[in-house]
Amino acid sequence: MLLETRSLDAGYGRFRALFGVDIRVDAGECVAIIGANGAGKSTLMRSIAGVLPNAPDMIRHKGDPIGALSSAAILQRGIAMVPEGRKLFPSLSVEENLLIGGQKRRGSGQWSLDSIYALFPILREKRAVPGTALSGGQQQMVAIGRALMSNPELLLCDEISLGLAPVVIRDIYAALPRIRESGAAVIVVEQDITQALRVADRVYCLMEGRVTLSGTPAELTREAIHSAYFGGHA
Amino acid sequence: MIWLDTIVQGILLGGLYALFATGLSLVFGIMRLVNLAHGDMIVLAAYLILVLVTGLGLSPWLAVLIAAPLMFVLGWLLQRVVLNRVLGPDILPPLLVTFGLSIAIQNALLEGFSADSRRIPNPDLEGASVALGPVTVGVMPVLTFASAVLVIVILNRVIYGTPLGRSFRATSDDPVTAGLMGIEPMKVFAVATGLAMMVVTVAALYLGTRANFDPAIGPARLIYAFQAVIIGGLGSLWGTLAGGVIIGVAQTLGAAVNPEWQILAGHLAFLLVLLVRPRGLFPRARD
Amino acid sequence: MSSPSAPWRATTRTRTGTLVALLALALIVAGLVLPAFASRRLIQDLFYILTMLSLAQIWNLLAGYGGLVSVGQQAFVGIGAYALFGGVILGGMDPLLAILLGGAAGLVLAIPMAFFAFRLHGAYFAIGTWVIAETTRLLVAQWKALGGGTGTSLPRAATSDMMGVAQVAELFGVRDAAARDILAYWIALLLAVALIAGIYALLRSRLGLALIAVRDNAEAAGSVGVDVRWLKWAVFLIASVATGLTGALIFLQTARISPDAAFAITDWTAYVIFIVVIGGIGTIEGPILGVLVFFALRSTLADYGSWYLLTLGLTAIVAMIFAPKGLWGLLSARTGWHLFPIRHRLVGPTGD
Repeated sequence: MLLETRSLDAGYGRFRALFGVDIRVDAGECVAIIGANGAGKSTLMRSIAGVLPNAPDMIRHKGDPIGALSSAAILQRGIAMVPEGRKLFPSLSVEENLLIGGQKRRGSGQWSLDSIYALFPILREKRAVPGTALSGGQQQMVAIGRALMSNPELLLCDEISLGLAPVVIRDIYAALPRIRESGAAVIVVEQDITQALRVADRVYCLMEGRVTLSGTPAELTREAIHSAYFGGHA
Repeated sequence: MIWLDTIVQGILLGGLYALFATGLSLVFGIMRLVNLAHGDMIVLAAYLILVLVTGLGLSPWLAVLIAAPLMFVLGWLLQRVVLNRVLGPDILPPLLVTFGLSIAIQNALLEGFSADSRRIPNPDLEGASVALGPVTVGVMPVLTFASAVLVIVILNRVIYGTPLGRSFRATSDDPVTAGLMGIEPMKVFAVATGLAMMVVTVAALYLGTRANFDPAIGPARLIYAFQAVIIGGLGSLWGTLAGGVIIGVAQTLGAAVNPEWQILAGHLAFLLVLLVRPRGLFPRARD
Repeated sequence: MSSPSAPWRATTRTRTGTLVALLALALIVAGLVLPAFASRRLIQDLFYILTMLSLAQIWNLLAGYGGLVSVGQQAFVGIGAYALFGGVILGGMDPLLAILLGGAAGLVLAIPMAFFAFRLHGAYFAIGTWVIAETTRLLVAQWKALGGGTGTSLPRAATSDMMGVAQVAELFGVRDAAARDILAYWIALLLAVALIAGIYALLRSRLGLALIAVRDNAEAAGSVGVDVRWLKWAVFLIASVATGLTGALIFLQTARISPDAAFAITDWTAYVIFIVVIGGIGTIEGPILGVLVFFALRSTLADYGSWYLLTLGLTAIVAMIFAPKGLWGLLSARTGWHLFPIRHRLVGPTGD
């Protein structure tokens, strides 16, 4: 078991966003977190990534309590995040954005500039361009590549399809199998339920900060998902 | 020919002001901090060099090589222990802390060295001059300007060509996401301040050998540094050099008309640029 | 504010506030009659405290409430003082009346200063105001008629014939010089009280609410219709006039002026900032507490020259790191006191 949260209560100052969330990710798995806007999905990702501080025991990585660690320390443990909104560095070129992803942790694995360019060939053309001068989809590729450069064991993908056209989303998700092949486990946060069910081994549904449903795509019915997503009756 | 001579002097003086300003520009670019004690740090470094020269009998150049790493450590500590604690969205705390620091440094120097004017002895090169075409200029002013250029070249190389520089730029863009990359912004800031203090040491060498100094002259240097940064535009080191040159030329031209008007001329030039180009001559596209 | 049919109303009145108002009134009356008993030295000390308190309240309004951190207010102290000297020496005015010239001069200088300085923000605004103050000093030092770089003094005739001096001298049985000190002290008391009352009234008004809103979040304030730019101009102009008046008064009492003294950044800005920061920025009570601490430090350490300033500087640093809200902030957090209540609360039929 790679990562688990135990009764995770996270929030922003006096505003609580998560209430007793328990999720689990095993090595090599792909887990999807679905839910409506404001359900707490990004809060969950940020907590795991160390952007939001929590009580140490609420998040465990291979048994170690990591809830209170900084994001820099979390990266060293092999957990990398593709943040919501891409968050590329405008002062850095595409190549520099990728390089900085692997600057502090090289890790043991196959990801390097060359293999990232092989995964997303368009980026090789645009390597010298400032990160933010690309289209949304290309920026997303850079953001994913940047996270991969540290050869993480666990990749956190926070809303990577947000604001992108369906064709582009398809291209991005087409890279997921290659990412999984390299041995990384992935947590995918998605508002698009169909997309999530297509790629995930297991699914958690959040609503208003609580886990309302969990299981494999095969186990879950449309109705169950619908009521877990929106609450009340379909 | 007098005017050409005056302008050349002004340009070379601009090199000194650019050296004052570069450290300030670096720190502000990375962490949006204006250190009101910056001028006093230059004076502090000058006293440090003085002590090394008079106490250990070293040449000023050797003294700088020793003083620079010492100043790096001082700047690093200052950032880690004091300034990192007050950085944040509110501009007041860093402003007031550095203001207090400025007063504290000035008066500590006063206690330690008295108000007497001092000068760093530079017997080899002090009066030396060299012919540059139609004008004759002092060797030290030329070295000052050349040092300013060299410092900017080196800094730009660091910022745009090294992993450290990448960390600087990324942290300046977005400290939270930089954290996701494993970078610790507080450590980056400390290194940046340390680097700035090394530039300050170089500036101090030329300040201290060029003219007399005493504990109280720090704030005026801060003003020239600040003017150069604003005129140049935030985020551009070459712009800072241009800003320094503009202030230097304005001052020497003003002094040529009436010695009492030297500093006033610099201020007026600054206000003029502020009037027509509030963001400076070469501002960063963003912010 | 309230209509007969609406039982709820907004008020700023609190029990502590009312008590303090009565206490303040008593203090003011005591202050007015003080010259009858006090030594000349005490009157002079109180004059210093009151004028520094005025400068501190003004700077607090600018920076603590207005968010305009200026390191250039000494420009207005200087220009106000020079306006007074100009009015008396060149215009033959009575010095007491010439104080008003100080306010006018402050207003006139404020316009170009704000015009330039508002092009900058944050720390750069601060240094910009400093540069403009320095420029003003250098320009004024060119004014040969008032002594140029070395300065000048108020003519004896002007000061001894000043309005009210003869009457005060007779009233308290003192000599002209002491009478002038008493007059200056009364005006300083009046000024300080008027300033504090005025600032208090301002903060309780709609303008004050807008000010605090802008301080907390300028963008949000703008989005609900607050004209941020106009507000900044208004605060800056008010502060300049008040500082000009204070500067004129200060140098009326000294009767001697020079550009370095009138535009001194240490005396008129560094000390003022210290007072506000140590006392508690963003509150009216803070500067009052701060000026008392400052004066105590000054009295005990004044003989130690640079150690005194060194202590001041280090104290400011430590205060900003560990007690950013100053002494009053610490006190107020512990006790919950608000001597100058400006929070609007709802009061209603439950008899709150």
